Amino acid sequence: MNLRVEGVSFRYPSGVLALDGIDLAIPSGQLLAILGENGAGKTTLVKLFNGLLRPSQGKVYIGDWDSAEHTTAALARRVGFLFQNPDDQLFERTLAREVGYGPRNLGASEAEVKRRVARALKLVGLHDMADAHPYDLPQPQRKLLALAATIAMDTPILVLDEPTIGQDEVGRGAISRILTDLHRMGRTLIMISHDMDFCAEHAQRMLVMLNGKIHVEGTTEDVMGQTKKLDEAEVAPPQLVRLAQALKMPGTPLTVDDFVDEYKQWRKKKKSK
Amino acid sequence: MIELKKFSYWYPGTEQSALDRVSLSIAEGEFIGIVGANGAGKSTLCYALSGFVPHFYNGETEGQHTFNGQDMASLDLGQLAGQVGLVFQNPFNQISGARFTVREEIAFGLENLGLPQNEMRARIDEALELVNIQDLAERSPFSVSGGQQQRIAIASILAMQPRVLVLDEPTSQLDPDGTRDVFTALSKLVSTRKITVILAEHKLEWLATFCDRVVALGGGKLRAEGSPQAVLSSEQMLRLGVGRTQYSEAAARLLRTKQLPVTLEQARKALK
Ligand SMILES: Nc1ncnc2c1ncn2[C@@H]1O[C@H](COP(=O)(O)OP(=O)(O)OP(=O)(O)O)[C@@H](O)[C@H]1O
Ligand SMILES: Nc1ncnc2c1ncn2[C@@H]1O[C@H](COP(=O)(O)OP(=O)(O)OP(=O)(O)O)[C@@H](O)[C@H]1O
Ligand SMILES: [Mg+2]
Ligand SMILES: [Mg+2]
Repeated sequence: MNLRVEGVSFRYPSGVLALDGIDLAIPSGQLLAILGENGAGKTTLVKLFNGLLRPSQGKVYIGDWDSAEHTTAALARRVGFLFQNPDDQLFERTLAREVGYGPRNLGASEAEVKRRVARALKLVGLHDMADAHPYDLPQPQRKLLALAATIAMDTPILVLDEPTIGQDEVGRGAISRILTDLHRMGRTLIMISHDMDFCAEHAQRMLVMLNGKIHVEGTTEDVMGQTKKLDEAEVAPPQLVRLAQALKMPGTPLTVDDFVDEYKQWRKKKKSK
Repeated sequence: MIELKKFSYWYPGTEQSALDRVSLSIAEGEFIGIVGANGAGKSTLCYALSGFVPHFYNGETEGQHTFNGQDMASLDLGQLAGQVGLVFQNPFNQISGARFTVREEIAFGLENLGLPQNEMRARIDEALELVNIQDLAERSPFSVSGGQQQRIAIASILAMQPRVLVLDEPTSQLDPDGTRDVFTALSKLVSTRKITVILAEHKLEWLATFCDRVVALGGGKLRAEGSPQAVLSSEQMLRLGVGRTQYSEAAARLLRTKQLPVTLEQARKALK
């Protein structure tokens, strides 16, 4: 499902103008990363997608719906949402009830709820703990639990606010596989992250925000190569891109495989000269 | 300055120890990084090094645990609080909510130190500047972004000017610039004021660039200890679930060296 933002501004009641004239179209099935410095407006922007916040000005369309005409509960059927702070979305007594809450609320049968809970907990590696209390999990695992709850909603659009915070290699690996799977299933995925290495490896497109505005937008390779623009937005390219630049090697390698190939070619060319 | 000898710790009612015979000696003026997979014991070690274990967390301990040569458990809490500061893993746990503005929130922690007004103001201004949130001073500490809130949590501890600063994943929500600001500020405090910094992190590149020494935990045990490059470049980091920097991973595929690079500068030199 696609998503459109037209002329949107948002001002918090305290007076802070957090979004300032945003126009954006995210086609169905895209995996988009939103980047930008602390306070740039990333979380505020995505909260408009499922009605947690409503624009002060402008329109947000979720597929063929004008979001202004739908309740937050209705929008939750189309847009799944992983909060930056998982504790904002956990309130049940057990992991299984937590993950089952959404599907049950959407009217899924008990058998269907059970199936979805099992699948989602398995995906994040928490299936052995279905009966534990969410608050007996440490914070990084609560984030994975919240991710499971988001996945179990089976929405065509998913918004993930900082999914990799506090995760070790195993957790990052699980999130990476989940993103790849959901992407293959044709879901529209919007991920906010400061983890440039992770974004570079997974995102098809990138959008960099600065002071409530869109600063740059484009394919991952294109955006990662725009050193000056990134600098202005205080976004650092991922490690491999910085290494390529430091070596004065051409290209924007986004994965270790890419880097190794491009490096070998570059050395060969250098030698033959 | 802080010493653990075969130190073990069990949270109340648990059978598995969260720290298992850890021996670690930390000298004044060191900048130490702690790495480990989720659940490895990083936060628990942070609690032990800051005295939160055993002073705030009950449970069982075994082995030696000293601060400046004195048994940690026997130390007076008030005294310890003046010397050691802990930044919690979750910034939401740090913010007291007892005050309306960020400036007041930071002042809240200072009120017990009995400082004169102008000294208090100077410390707050310095702390705000160190993490670059001067413009948030009059805002509510709750009406801010996640990363801004984390900066407030760090500032409130920096303002206390403890001799030992323990930080548990303090940059998890910070943008790359903010992360650099925090590491640079800490590093400066270590060199100019000789304070001791202990920091748990997943951001290996930054640890490698700034720390004097890195310790790696796995299952509550100390698994490795040494220079950042020696520890973070080793294959053991993969087995421990810590991972390695992409510099190390790329170099591992291209070079045969005794020690893989872990920072940008090391990788540039090795591959140029
Ligand atoms: N509840 C709130 N009330 C008032 N202002 C807010 C609130 N939440 C955020 N802001 C402000 O709105 C702006 C954008 O915040 P937002 O949370 O969208 O940033 P972000 O890009 O997600 O940052 P981060 O990377 O730190 O999470 C910031 O200036 C912030 O201080
Ligand atoms: N309050 C507590 N009560 C009981 N067990 C706990 C408590 N806090 C942590 N543990 C357990 O102690 C062990 C070490 O946890 P700790 O939080 O120190 O790990 P960590 O390395 O900080 O992990 P993370 O990367 O998730 O922050 C884990 O097995 C954890 O489940
Ligand atoms: Mg945010
Ligand atoms: Mg921890």
